[in-house]
Amino acid sequence: MHFQLTDDQRALQSGMRELLAGRFDRDALRAAVDATVDAPGTLDRRLWRELGDAGFFALRLPEDEGGVGLGLPEAVLLFEEAGRALLPGPLIATHLAAGVVKGAADGSVVVTQSDGALIEWYEASDAVAGEAVAEGAAVPVRSVDPLTPLHRLHEPATTSDPLVGLLTAAEQLGSAARTTEMAVQYARERQQFGAPIGSFQAVKHLCAQMLARTELARAAVYAAAVTGDLADIAGAKLLADEAAVRCARDCLQVHGGMGFTWEADVHLHLKRAWVRKERWVSEATLTELLAELLVEVG
Amino acid sequence: MDLTYTEEEEEFRARLRQWLGQVLPGLGPKPDPNDWPGRRTYDMGWQRRLYEAGYAGLHWPVDAGGKGATPTQHLIFLEETERAGAPYVGANFVGLLHAGPTIAAEGTPEQKRKWLPPILSGDEVWCQGFSEPDAGSDLAALRTKAVRDGDEYVITGSKIWTSHAEVADWCELLVRTDPISDTVPKHRGISWLAMPMDAPGVTIRPLRTLAGSTEFAEMFLDEVRVPVANRVGAENDGWRVTMVTLSFERGTAFVGEVVACRRTLIALATEARKNGRWDDPSLRRKLALLSAEFAALWRLTQWNVSESEATGGVPGIGGSVFKLRYSHARQELYDTAAEVLGAGALDLDHEWVLDRLSSLSYTIAAGTSQIQQNIIAERILGLPKGR
Repeated sequence: MHFQLTDDQRALQSGMRELLAGRFDRDALRAAVDATVDAPGTLDRRLWRELGDAGFFALRLPEDEGGVGLGLPEAVLLFEEAGRALLPGPLIATHLAAGVVKGAADGSVVVTQSDGALIEWYEASDAVAGEAVAEGAAVPVRSVDPLTPLHRLHEPATTSDPLVGLLTAAEQLGSAARTTEMAVQYARERQQFGAPIGSFQAVKHLCAQMLARTELARAAVYAAAVTGDLADIAGAKLLADEAAVRCARDCLQVHGGMGFTWEADVHLHLKRAWVRKERWVSEATLTELLAELLVEVG
Repeated sequence: MDLTYTEEEEEFRARLRQWLGQVLPGLGPKPDPNDWPGRRTYDMGWQRRLYEAGYAGLHWPVDAGGKGATPTQHLIFLEETERAGAPYVGANFVGLLHAGPTIAAEGTPEQKRKWLPPILSGDEVWCQGFSEPDAGSDLAALRTKAVRDGDEYVITGSKIWTSHAEVADWCELLVRTDPISDTVPKHRGISWLAMPMDAPGVTIRPLRTLAGSTEFAEMFLDEVRVPVANRVGAENDGWRVTMVTLSFERGTAFVGEVVACRRTLIALATEARKNGRWDDPSLRRKLALLSAEFAALWRLTQWNVSESEATGGVPGIGGSVFKLRYSHARQELYDTAAEVLGAGALDLDHEWVLDRLSSLSYTIAAGTSQIQQNIIAERILGLPKGR
């Protein structure tokens, strides 16, 4: 049993991190947030193409169909990186549309999909996968996350591809890992009472719980990527949602007053984590599913 | 990223299953928890069977008399024995998981020859003399004193929380061979000794736990003489020697229990369906979240084992993350069991009620949750030491 990442998987992971460090670093993230003031809901089409060129969308398409021919574990690693960097756009819908909607695979087309009562990036997208949205059926919502424009649907969609859950969980995992790092870094630097606040146990224990939450979610998400099993994905989504939201909250707390400002990035992680938590199926449905499975096994 | 087992590992599992199927039906009933001689006989009898079948010391190195099995094989062993309902390591816990591995790693060839074979064959029981009334989480503050007298140490002091003391042959004992002073840091002057439990001057007073049984004891040492030859590692180097042991404890000690907890969860769901409490959505939600938690803890175990196999070392520091979450989850599990039982949660004859009581020790024993969080924060996250 070799649960660890292979050398190829590590290379893929660091390649994606480098690509995002070059093309969507913190300055680019903040510029994108600032741009939403004048032009809400605009997507960087050039970056989308570059992601397409890098194989982000065609990752799991067979090579003879012009894809990269890799599997779910590799996809999970890429979406984890996207989550770390708070990369905006309907990434999962376009990834899942590769090979189905023309132009999705190479990033020349932006595809979104309806998900429950909400639809992300509706106006910026070229196509909607799954159930068609009738003219005027999608009403704009003033989205809590500046980088995820939302529309509300009158008729909630019923499509619920588990892969939306898995890849969302991967993004949540990346975000949880990032906010843990941000909290630890701040706790090392910020001085109060003549010492770094990270030397105080009250702060230390917040950080330790963040790491524990993140690493447990990581084990669940990676395992679900390997098995592709519905129960594994459901459990991974629950744990990753919890990790992303709670770690962002704790990160905010460690940052003190700074954490409450627009200028700090913490709120962007928290808000995106809230948006992702609503994706796929509700927490109530997931817990009912896992509860039912306990009965079936017994 | 792969969760499949190799053909060799699957063969190992199949052989083990077959053997367990043959041997377990012939095993007698479990002894009463308060019958210590009975417990020793039962636990060591099981160790003997493992020894004869070639499963003793699976994870020990070959030169220590072990099988040199891979961490994955050890994981399979713990998973399958639990699944089959085989006896727990019991009285042999310290010998197999603490003292033995320490001697294997740090002992002289002579010490290994003397102490390791009787552990593997189930002939000798070890206990642990680490904690003291004034040295718990701050273990390095221990004060039990060992003074050199010729080729012997003369030991005076007291130890606490010593499991299996009543039936042990040997005690892995931490003593102070150099007094704490301004120039000597407290963890420097400690030595690791193997103390025979029948030595004159050893007095044992059983301690009753809140669960009602006597799971551990206090140990009073009054000028107990132990040969210098019984010291493992250099004088005053016992702290380092001990840390080798403790990382074993956090590595694989709970594998079987995670398997058992997942089974308990299913039993809770079955019971709740029977008694009607299943209709409460908040209970179903709790059980579902615990199901996700224990499934993830199992994956984290596989991750840690696979990592230690890849690095070839002792179980990694990731064990602290596991221990922190597992001990909390176990308490949640039995609190939820109490919800399922309702008024039945007050009946000591129900095994879940006893398990609920014993679960209270999990966030304390083998490093409290607060100490685990310090370890994670300082050693994994690199936060500065402080108060």
